[in-house]
Amino acid sequence: MNFWESVRVSLRSIQTNKLRSFLTMLGIIIGVSAVIAMVAIGEGASANVASQINGLGSNLLIVSPGQARQGQISLGAGSLNTLTLADAEAIAQNESVAGVAPSINGRAQLVWRNKNYSTSLEGTSESYLQVRNTDVQQGRFFNHLEVKERANVAVVGTEVVSNLFGDAGANPVGQTIQINKIPFEIIGVLQSKGSSGMTNNDDKVIIPVTTAMDRITGGKNVGTIYVSAVSAEQMALAQADVQATLRARHHLKPKDSDDFQIRSQTDILSTAQSVTSVMTALLSGIAAISLVVGGIGIMNIMLVSVTERTREIGIRKAIGATRWDIQRQFLIESVTLSLLGGIAGILVGIGGVLLIGKLAGLPTSISLPPMLYAFLSSMLVGVIFGVYPARKASQLKPIDALRYE
Amino acid sequence: MKTVIAMENVTKIYRIGDQEIQALRGVNLAIEEGDFVAIMGPSGSGKSTMMNVIGCLDKPTSGEFYLDGHPVSEADDDELAIIRNRKIGFVFQNFNLLPRTSAVENVELPLLYAGVPAKERRERAIQALESVGLGDRLANKPNELSGGQQQRVSIARALVNHPVLLLADEPTGALDTKTSMEIMHIFQQLNEAGKTIILVTHEPDIAEYAKRIVRFRDGQVVSNELVTARRWATLQEAEVMA
Ligand SMILES: Nc1ncnc2c1ncn2[C@@H]1O[C@H](COP(=O)(O)OP(=O)(O)OP(=O)(O)O)[C@@H](O)[C@H]1O
Ligand SMILES: [Mg+2]
Repeated sequence: MNFWESVRVSLRSIQTNKLRSFLTMLGIIIGVSAVIAMVAIGEGASANVASQINGLGSNLLIVSPGQARQGQISLGAGSLNTLTLADAEAIAQNESVAGVAPSINGRAQLVWRNKNYSTSLEGTSESYLQVRNTDVQQGRFFNHLEVKERANVAVVGTEVVSNLFGDAGANPVGQTIQINKIPFEIIGVLQSKGSSGMTNNDDKVIIPVTTAMDRITGGKNVGTIYVSAVSAEQMALAQADVQATLRARHHLKPKDSDDFQIRSQTDILSTAQSVTSVMTALLSGIAAISLVVGGIGIMNIMLVSVTERTREIGIRKAIGATRWDIQRQFLIESVTLSLLGGIAGILVGIGGVLLIGKLAGLPTSISLPPMLYAFLSSMLVGVIFGVYPARKASQLKPIDALRYE
Repeated sequence: MKTVIAMENVTKIYRIGDQEIQALRGVNLAIEEGDFVAIMGPSGSGKSTMMNVIGCLDKPTSGEFYLDGHPVSEADDDELAIIRNRKIGFVFQNFNLLPRTSAVENVELPLLYAGVPAKERRERAIQALESVGLGDRLANKPNELSGGQQQRVSIARALVNHPVLLLADEPTGALDTKTSMEIMHIFQQLNEAGKTIILVTHEPDIAEYAKRIVRFRDGQVVSNELVTARRWATLQEAEVMA
């Protein structure tokens, strides 16, 4: 008997027991669809995180104040105020460094005519666009002179535009707004980046760092210094240069530890990815368990089927079916069951992902490999859990099978 | 004449717990090609056991059994399956057709396991069904056929792979007189065409359609005689009886 004949016979026997076959497949369907859905959501989330991290800028190093320690206890990153504008300027002197954008953050109350809007404020330098890998979509960004002279100029995000000027397409360039009661001229609108997760990247106003320190936030220190290396290859060198510069400026002795922290995009990315890989391992565990459970269901029903069809097996053997003919027929039947379950599971999974993506607005990413795995492993389950019942069927003695009532 | 079956001192012992049942106690029998043998004997005398051994569905406990010149005792399970497929056609008392499967597909089954391609399979199955007068019932499932028709399907199935031997264990046991006669008519026609047939029956008049009667008692052959007044089954006679 050839392969397709066996497939036809198994499909027919599945068809004659529709409900039972469906219930048998349910274990596999649920397992596979759950895994497909979770992988898609997990990958969507990690792709989102990765794009956020990459969206921070190009060849970016992030320098933040070091952690204050009391004995062994860390008080957390940024708990020291050690970075200054002068540090940023010194870092910029390095050959390996393409641009430096110090950053200081605060809240700002914006007023235009009778409109009032509260948003986040960032003070930075003219290198911001280059370092953070972005651009203005209208007007221009402030220049070195404006930073030096502490000019009252502001660049706003599109969210701010739509809230103050009625719609995101309005042209606010040239308008004067009040930021914490101080008048600023809007000179540009930042390119829209959309929202990522909880934060809306377009909901902010940017002013020269000097102006911010002087008039809005006060104080002498900057929160973070963003540094871009001249190239990806020079990242390590740039990191060493920044470290050396800061240690010299902060008068640290060789035995002292850094009072600042330098992280690169790759560091952050690999942290995020290690979280993802733990999640993937967990998902694989769930997948394996659900497939085993589904497989046991298939084995159970195949054993029932062998008993029920003892007479049929006897007839087939009496007219010339060999052991392998019988074994193959039942194996193909169990594989067909598990594969149909797997395929249905993949479809249900995709449907679920699309639904969740729509309803919850979560980023999802449907990719081929998990489906391929689901397909192959459900096939494997069919083989593994089908072998025993199939062997049992094939070893029946024809005369006993024919007599079976 | 070629000897299709040769049995030398064949025994078959069934064990149930520590009880031994001697179903066959040293059977010696030779059947020539083209013969038509009716096996008779009281219930429990070992007729079915004997048929199962001849049909390679069961192995003898001891003794030698040659089928078409080959010793069967040396064959393993798969070789026996191939012998059943190529050399033997079996007709059972209770038909043993696959349920929910059409007549033509039931008849195709031996060809399926013989590896005959689909198209030829279908042609030969239709031909076999036509030869037993069921050319118009190809698509019927067993539960859509009468007992006599089901038995004719199983005869077609037994014949489709051109076996050297046709075995029938009480083929008319579940049928009325008229239908029995139709079945015997088919058997006689097949035998006239040269097919060797062995048939088990309880009814003396059915046995008289055969050429030879072998009688069993207590697992042994007690007589082996030619039928003196052989009867011929015709379809007209079947009509008259109905
Ligand atoms: N599978 C079996 N296990 C145990 N004993 C069996 C088995 N098959 C047959 N027997 C015994 O072997 C003996 C012969 O049985 P067999 O079926 O050959 O008789 P038979 O001549 O065909 O009878 P009948 O005319 O009633 O069909 C009987 O005593 C029966 O009980
Ligand atoms: Mg019997």
